[in-house]
Amino acid sequence: MAEGSVPSLDEIVKVNTPLLERRKRRLGKRVAPFGLVAPGAFWLAFFFLIPIGYMFVVSLNSGFVTTGFKFTWEWSNYTTGLTTYKTQYLRSLEYASIVTFLALVITYPVAYWIAFYGGKRKSTYLFLILLPFFVSFIIRTIEWTFILADNGIVLGPLKSLGLLPSNFHILATPYAVIGGITYNFLPFTALPLYVALERIDASLIEAGKDLYANKVTTFLKVVWPLSLPGVFAAFLLTFIPAMGDFINAELLGSPGTHMIGNIIMAQFGNTYYPLMSALSFVLMAALLVLATVYARVLGTEDVTAGAAAG
Amino acid sequence: MSKGAAREHRGTTRWTRHILPTYYTLVIMYLCSPIAVMILFGFNDVPGRVNAKWYGFTLKWYRDLFAVRGLTQALITSLELAVLATLIATVIGSFMGLALGRYTFWGVGIMGFIIFLAISSPEIVDGVAQLVWFVKLSSIHIGPLKPFALGFPTILWAHIMFSVSFVAITVRARVAGLDSSLEEAAQDLFATPVQTFMKVTLPTIMPGVMAGALLAFALSIDDFVITNLVSGQTSTFPLWVYASAKAGIPPQVNVMGSLLFFAGVSAAVVSATLPKIAQVRGEKRLDRERRERAAAAA
Repeated sequence: MAEGSVPSLDEIVKVNTPLLERRKRRLGKRVAPFGLVAPGAFWLAFFFLIPIGYMFVVSLNSGFVTTGFKFTWEWSNYTTGLTTYKTQYLRSLEYASIVTFLALVITYPVAYWIAFYGGKRKSTYLFLILLPFFVSFIIRTIEWTFILADNGIVLGPLKSLGLLPSNFHILATPYAVIGGITYNFLPFTALPLYVALERIDASLIEAGKDLYANKVTTFLKVVWPLSLPGVFAAFLLTFIPAMGDFINAELLGSPGTHMIGNIIMAQFGNTYYPLMSALSFVLMAALLVLATVYARVLGTEDVTAGAAAG
Repeated sequence: MSKGAAREHRGTTRWTRHILPTYYTLVIMYLCSPIAVMILFGFNDVPGRVNAKWYGFTLKWYRDLFAVRGLTQALITSLELAVLATLIATVIGSFMGLALGRYTFWGVGIMGFIIFLAISSPEIVDGVAQLVWFVKLSSIHIGPLKPFALGFPTILWAHIMFSVSFVAITVRARVAGLDSSLEEAAQDLFATPVQTFMKVTLPTIMPGVMAGALLAFALSIDDFVITNLVSGQTSTFPLWVYASAKAGIPPQVNVMGSLLFFAGVSAAVVSATLPKIAQVRGEKRLDRERRERAAAAA
């Protein structure tokens, strides 16, 4: 401190804080985050990461629940799983792709409108999209079976008016299953899209207009590229969970629309845990690959921000 | 304004004033149609189990809400689980979100990635993994307690697991938007870390904590896939409803669903508006104080 100059606030505090106190605080600052994170990290490790690892071990076991399982490097669980249930894997892939595409196409204009024209009511508009979350997933899907029933509130009147043939049905078809999954994942698709679109600076669009770009060009050259991280986040939050869905296929579909999730649940029913684990680990591996690529390229912020907005 | 610009302007307003809002309304109607059917069918005078037909208006399912014993028991179990899971997950998750949002430390990136994985992994995979893990640990006992025997405790551990990540990211989002100068000021005024946390940090992150808690409660009470895999003999509300779906659900399911829906929406609306009301009040008080000070100075 120079002679005669007025000491700054920092310096006064420094001089007047006992040395020990200051050292303790500095140490506290370094240790605090670990202390805060520890319980959550433990929970995620013990009930998420280790179980996933252990599931991989079980997927290489052989034996039955009655005789006990043994670790025998049973890779055949994977080969039989993938060959026997190839149809269901491919069907899951097909349905999940269609669902993701539909959900993106349906929700993009909605997210766009709320982000740019929602004004003061933005959060209300967003809240309405989240309303389905306040009703159990199972109940919502059961209500769809009533809505789509062969002689229900929609098809019944149409049939009695003669607009549809009397043997027309939607339930038990792939349309019902794909429609059901799309319905269930719409909010998960909408949120990350909204987060990405909302972040776009409106002045960039103004700039586009000032440079005589028409609306389509402005959208294609400014809005769309800037919203791509949100599109990928939405893809990740929709595609992977949709791959693993079995409720819609079970309640709205028929055995002909069963997905890999239904097969996993069947193995659960049979208590054939090794095959069940192998079938599940294939899904997890697909997620790991996609998620790693995604996190490397774009970071994890958009997915978690989208989920946080919910 | 040139003619072309005028035409373009009219085109823009047509899109933003009419087409997009109408489309938004249609999507909301689509999203809410099963909810509407659920509420409506709670008043359906159906003989026996619910089917797709409308028989006339009645209030008897509200009167006999708890007449189906298994369903009532399942709902009670679900509420107990949701309360416990919310409490624990909110505490653990808020600390985690606070650390992730405020500090940079070794492992921040890894933690972020693990949370990201936990959120985006398909529920069926989490459930299968936990099932085999709990079966492996099922013989562990502490006195007469078996914390990993399939049933209530394993459902609770699982619910805490998936809620923690959501609470953490919700709180982190809140923390990231705040500056830490208030806490530094408190520490400069010789507040202990505990005092600083209780008097400064907690009140500022409270909206995030509340939102996280609501999310945890909603996730827990709705969860089917993971719960189904790790539940053993225990039944919860969604499990009971699913099991009865093939034979037809009793009308009380619709009533309980409606009541939970309204309770959840009310809680969300209240927790979203409370901080705003507090903010308005705070601003008014500041204004008043400023005016008083100005008056005193004059």
